[in-house]
Amino acid sequence: MAHGLHDHAPAHKVLPRDKAKILKIWKTALLLAVVTAIEFLLAFTMERGSLLFAVFIGLTLVKAFYIVADFMHLKYETKVLVWSIILPTMFVIWLIVALLAEGDAIFKIRSLWGWF
Amino acid sequence: MSTITVSEKDQKNIWGGGVEPMKASYGKLMMWFFLLSDAFTFSGFLVAYGMSRFAFPAYTGSVKDFVPSLEYWPIPEKIFTHIPFFHVEAPLVFVGIMTFILIMSSVTMVLAVEAGHRMDKADVQKWMLWTIFGGWAFIGCQAWEWTVFIQGTPEGLKLASGEVIKGASLTMNEYGPKLFADFFFFITGFHGTHVLSGIIMNMIVFYNVCIGTYERIGHYEMVEKVGLYWHFVDLVWVFVFTFFYLV
Repeated sequence: MAHGLHDHAPAHKVLPRDKAKILKIWKTALLLAVVTAIEFLLAFTMERGSLLFAVFIGLTLVKAFYIVADFMHLKYETKVLVWSIILPTMFVIWLIVALLAEGDAIFKIRSLWGWF
Repeated sequence: MSTITVSEKDQKNIWGGGVEPMKASYGKLMMWFFLLSDAFTFSGFLVAYGMSRFAFPAYTGSVKDFVPSLEYWPIPEKIFTHIPFFHVEAPLVFVGIMTFILIMSSVTMVLAVEAGHRMDKADVQKWMLWTIFGGWAFIGCQAWEWTVFIQGTPEGLKLASGEVIKGASLTMNEYGPKLFADFFFFITGFHGTHVLSGIIMNMIVFYNVCIGTYERIGHYEMVEKVGLYWHFVDLVWVFVFTFFYLV
């Protein structure tokens, strides 16, 4: 091989761009942008209430999934790593339940005492 | 046989050392676990916001007639209506642009990582620069938004006592209960600090790319590690956008 004889041959060969992989990255980006646009649209077309908030939270989780799974590449890691990250975040669910209930209780006590 | 090879029979000893059971380097794993702990910090902030919101009366009238008051929690789309250079009411448009900027800078970061896998120094440089640029753009927008929020509206809020409050601080604000402004400063401020430190790390890694450090050591894994951090910043913003601005 003639290349190997050069003194200044690069230590690492630059590989060509992986068109399919790059296209997939842009597709994920487009999806995130579209979901954000939908959220934005719904904020002004749907009536504020539990249904709208549930839709917002659902769409947020969709975006979170694509960022973590695709951009952060977690989908392609070993199972044990995936669960090491996902399982502990489950504690947050309890935090949400506990503190929102607590907030509601504070509201009731304040109303009872005429705090507002 | 080297110690790296793990046969079917040795599976139970996979955690015994000498192998990478998670098939990820030490540095990458530690970045993941740091981000997990950081996720708990932001969860704490956002859940505390939720709790305070539940502890205050909600606004019950129609959205159209909303006026800020210390009596109830504000509707965010009625508060964040400013857009630079246009003197119109544009609810959430500016924050929508900020969200778009951050998503785009996340994309350029993935493209930098992809270029790193191919040992393509020129492409890594290009996409890292775009990422850094996006980061600064976001920080700039946030500084603008903070300025508008702190200065307040020309009319301010007239209290029953006749006193007029203009703008916001940690102790008082014209938009609603004082906790609202406190959470605004702490949540978006803590996120902004993350963006800033992310930019600084990106700039250091960019410098190392330029002087050929990663070419010399044979891989661009450091770009992946700062990439993880940068995507996390984007991830947090997705939640802040929903729970602070939309809901």
